[in-house]
Amino acid sequence: MGFFWTIVTLVVALGIAWRYLGSYMAAVFDGRVRWLGWVERPIYRALGTSPEREQSWKRYAAALLVFSAVSILFTYLMLRLQGSLPLDPQHLGAVPPALAWNTAVSFVTNTNWQNYGGETTLSYLSQMTLVVQQFVSPAVGIAVAIALVRGLTRRDASTVGNFWVDVTRCMLYILLPVAFLAGIVYVGQGGVQTLAGPAHVHDALNGVTQTIARGPIAFMEAIKQLGTNGGGFLNANSATPFENPTALTNWLSIFLLLCIPFSLTYTFGKMAGSRRQGAALLTAMALIFGAWVGFTSYAEHQANPAVAAAGLPHQPTGNMEGKEVRFGDTSSALFGVASTQTSTGSADAAYDSFTPMGGFGLITGMMLGEVSPGGTGSGLYTILLFAIVAVFIGGLMIGRTPEYLGKKIQAHEVKLAGLGILIMPIAVLALTAVAVSVHAGRAGPLNAGPHGFSEILYAFTSQANNNGSAFAGLSGDTAFYNVLGGIAMLLGRFAVIVPVLALAGALGAKNVVPAGLGTFRTDNAMFVGLVIGAIMLVGALTFFPAISLGPIVEQLSHGRFF
Amino acid sequence: MRLKVIWSALRLVVLSVVVLGLGYNLLIVGIGQAAFSGQANGSLVKHHGHIVGSRLIGQQFTSARFFEGRPSATSPPYNASSSAASNYGPTNPALLKEIRTNLAAVLEENPGVKASQVPPDLVESSASGLDPDISPAAAYLQVPRVARVNHLPVATVRDLVAKHVSGRFIGLYGAPHVNVLELNLALLELAKH
Repeated sequence: MGFFWTIVTLVVALGIAWRYLGSYMAAVFDGRVRWLGWVERPIYRALGTSPEREQSWKRYAAALLVFSAVSILFTYLMLRLQGSLPLDPQHLGAVPPALAWNTAVSFVTNTNWQNYGGETTLSYLSQMTLVVQQFVSPAVGIAVAIALVRGLTRRDASTVGNFWVDVTRCMLYILLPVAFLAGIVYVGQGGVQTLAGPAHVHDALNGVTQTIARGPIAFMEAIKQLGTNGGGFLNANSATPFENPTALTNWLSIFLLLCIPFSLTYTFGKMAGSRRQGAALLTAMALIFGAWVGFTSYAEHQANPAVAAAGLPHQPTGNMEGKEVRFGDTSSALFGVASTQTSTGSADAAYDSFTPMGGFGLITGMMLGEVSPGGTGSGLYTILLFAIVAVFIGGLMIGRTPEYLGKKIQAHEVKLAGLGILIMPIAVLALTAVAVSVHAGRAGPLNAGPHGFSEILYAFTSQANNNGSAFAGLSGDTAFYNVLGGIAMLLGRFAVIVPVLALAGALGAKNVVPAGLGTFRTDNAMFVGLVIGAIMLVGALTFFPAISLGPIVEQLSHGRFF
Repeated sequence: MRLKVIWSALRLVVLSVVVLGLGYNLLIVGIGQAAFSGQANGSLVKHHGHIVGSRLIGQQFTSARFFEGRPSATSPPYNASSSAASNYGPTNPALLKEIRTNLAAVLEENPGVKASQVPPDLVESSASGLDPDISPAAAYLQVPRVARVNHLPVATVRDLVAKHVSGRFIGLYGAPHVNVLELNLALLELAKH
């Protein structure tokens, strides 16, 4: 009952966001939204740029890479110097080098993998530094997606936009206003927002003495979800009542993390001059997402046979290990699916304690490449890569040179799309293989057997997909995992972004072929099926052997498959 | 040219820090402290002028006269400065051992209760280690014990629990739950009269 209405209201709210936030975002990037022009202009002057000065894809990519490198360096230094900087009421010392590297890369790549417990490691100032990246990194992702859409929709163009302008507009007109409103809701519901340091409770009702960690939590919460970041202030993330106090904030969190990735398909349709093109991608995303929500929620609502054997036969509320009572089993599963399929990675439950098939739902959601609906920007640009592969396959079937939005898809474009798609699986499988082959890697897992393997596989899947969620039993704060994880995150972000921008440049330079009778349509059910097929095929072929060794073996050890 | 890009990047980083890291943060601090000062400071609860905890953060109640909360995986339990889950996988022997121990304790403290009546949340640990709530079933199960120790009629304590059950948000979202600290505070008042 509660679950049913959660789904219904989410669908309605997301439908409204798709239509209106989607068209608003198109207007923002076309430069038609100007209500903050008085803030915008001085920023461009300070950056030495202007919306009229567009960049080639190479300049766009160079600006993006330099900006990200400077951001990583800045964040790294802030974490290393935390002990000598203000706003450190608990006198936490400097963050160690390997952890600072992992964390800086993690927040700049929109991953938010956290090898630390927030309340025991970071000062308020360090947390605020990370929040800056929680605004900047989704803006960078969205900018790349918009550049690719421009490439697809412009004719004979030598430029794909201006990186500085796209990022500024995204933060100013989209992320900041929505995060601000949401932040107030979080505070109103009980989200903590203070700079006053921890609260102390002495000798209360039952002789209880507690030190309660506090901080500027609520403002991080809003952008953490909206920007599909996922990194929270406190160790247990969205499960802690100070981050996510009520069922309402839980609903709001799920809405926020889904709204931009889904709505960007409308933005795409609008910029392409055909809403149906956007609706086709939305349908592919929504069908995959819906199937995974159903599967994972069902799994989490089942009684755990091992727990039943331990003396608890009756489990009406499903698997409650690592879950909070105010959310319950199915809503936690919905949150988990939304968070893993959007590259958010926040958690209102302990994913490590999900049932084997529940955990399967989470990890495979990431393995599909984060396209359903994927991260802010990264979801759209990744599914567009799959769309290009799908038209290529479709073209082979009917024996015609494939086109997408009137652009001829030739060898160069298919190579770039293939490269963008295959980087992630290669990084995940290679790094997992390294980790299980060396002692430093095998020392990580908390749980033994197939579940321990799942913890390692999950860690690299999450980092290479810039997701950031974890099977948190893994002791990730070692030099080995910090360094390797950092490499996975960099590859999953920038080794995909560069081919995507190259694709934007190549497509933008082409002319548009007028659609004819023989044109393969990309706005109907057949195409949706092909896109889903391409996503599933790539995911299954690359990951089935690895996933068999983890969740599938674990589930079979229960003596039944489902 | 290349130097100019670095300068632009540095400027945008500094601008973001000022506007997003500081400005946005302080704005929410200001609004929070002005409009929702109770919530923004951690929903702290006072009893006879003494702070006895936060409404949103669970505590460990060990005395038989109070309603007990969920098992907590933090160290020590309900450590509110270091939230954590057990992270035990669903077939981990440590999880099963813990469930057996917790179940035995619940059955011993609440004579007459059968294992089939015990809801999972009372023997399985929470995601934050700080869950302030238990399920209504977990609260009702403890009523006979709490009534006996406090010398109160069972029906009175049962009514008290019923009054403290929070339903789903606007009847739609989340799961029904009982806030343990609030329930115990109300119990103290009741036991006084």
